[in-house]
Amino acid sequence: MASAKEMKSVLFGPIFANNPIALQILGVCSALAVTSKMSNTLVMCIALTAVVAFSNLFISIIRNHIPSSVRIIVMMTIIASLVIVVDQILRAYAYGISKELSVFVGLIITNCIVMGRAEAYASKNNPFMSLLDGIGNGLGYSIVLLVVGFVRELFGSGSLFDVQILTLASQGGWYEPVGLLLMPPSAFFIIGGFIWVLRSFRTEQVEPKE
Amino acid sequence: MANKNEGLGKTIIVVLALCLVCSIVVSGAAIGLKPMQEKNAALDMQKNVLDAVGLLKADTNVTEAYGQRIDTMVVSLKDLTVKDDIDTVSFSNRKAAGDPETSTKLEKKNDPAGLGTREDLTQIYLVKDESDETTGLVLHIRGQGLWGTMYGLLALEQDFDTVKGVTFYEHKETPGLGGEITNPNWVKTWQGKEVYGEDGNVQFEVVKGGASSKHEVDALSGATLTSNGVEYLVQFWMGENGYGPLLKKLREGELNNG
Repeated sequence: MASAKEMKSVLFGPIFANNPIALQILGVCSALAVTSKMSNTLVMCIALTAVVAFSNLFISIIRNHIPSSVRIIVMMTIIASLVIVVDQILRAYAYGISKELSVFVGLIITNCIVMGRAEAYASKNNPFMSLLDGIGNGLGYSIVLLVVGFVRELFGSGSLFDVQILTLASQGGWYEPVGLLLMPPSAFFIIGGFIWVLRSFRTEQVEPKE
Repeated sequence: MANKNEGLGKTIIVVLALCLVCSIVVSGAAIGLKPMQEKNAALDMQKNVLDAVGLLKADTNVTEAYGQRIDTMVVSLKDLTVKDDIDTVSFSNRKAAGDPETSTKLEKKNDPAGLGTREDLTQIYLVKDESDETTGLVLHIRGQGLWGTMYGLLALEQDFDTVKGVTFYEHKETPGLGGEITNPNWVKTWQGKEVYGEDGNVQFEVVKGGASSKHEVDALSGATLTSNGVEYLVQFWMGENGYGPLLKKLREGELNNG
């Protein structure tokens, strides 16, 4: 069994030290699409974390039986099934949010983080560590998305979790929302800013000059 | 470990077993959660109808309010009769519009809202007051916006002319610009507007620079194409090829069963 220290680094490493979005720049497309509101962002984070964790777990359980010639297809099948299950659950229990997330839940299948962790970690490590790795990477993804969602909803619509915080000029208040933040490209700027701040504190992540 | 997994037999067995397990999981989830999802979808539509009429408050019990105040029926737009034999719960306008059996292809010149086909069967919602008197009508409307089809419900007063309310429950318009079609403050400006002029033709317009008459609604700033789409879809649905004939018949008296 792995030591407590190793478990900790697998679980918490991906949050800042080896963040899938900020360092590996994986899974950015959904980070652009679903972060205009905090509630959508949070549900997306939970959905993705669940999918990465369980796909890692199941792939790790059968890792010694997967023929390497079809391993990618086997992983895709497991991931796709999990995503469909998550999508069905959201439609049954969080109908409003699942309607807003629409195709982006389905697109978790193509999220590079899920596939990347399955190939890079779960196919070589034991189920428990793979589960931790999946949760860790899900959290790393979530923290970036939540930061982006926070900035976009607060300054784009003046609210957080649909609770109005800054009264909008269109409703007689003082705050003129930044329309750009409601558009998907704005998430690029925020992710860029996040990476900048992160690398100022962790200079080892700065890539060497070419 | 590698070699023993590489044989053709092993590969096929692993793949088949995996497919079997995955399909059981997926179909189990789909079937097990279906009743819940259908309930959600139905509840969502009831909510939209109440919202269009203005009966939806934060603490409204949707099912109860809907049951007391709304009567649904499926009506044929071809012969203007009520279709009693169609189950209103499972009926969907969208399904009817997609089925060539129950829809009419629209010619380009008759299709300002960019629909392609118009359903022949449509679900309408009669609004009742506390004493069971009919006080209005809710109709399905839809049309092309900038990025996709906008789906909405239009509520009319008892004269089948004055707008009681409107709601767009599904659209793909730009958030903050065209997406403002769901803004309650803008939706409120529709109340009391009259769709038809003295001559019985559709006079409703979405105008820039301040609505001045009882037929006009302000356009949304920064969303010309969305505003045009809204104007065209109201003009289409209230016109000759939409609900025009049905509303005329309703104004003259009751609908017959057929």
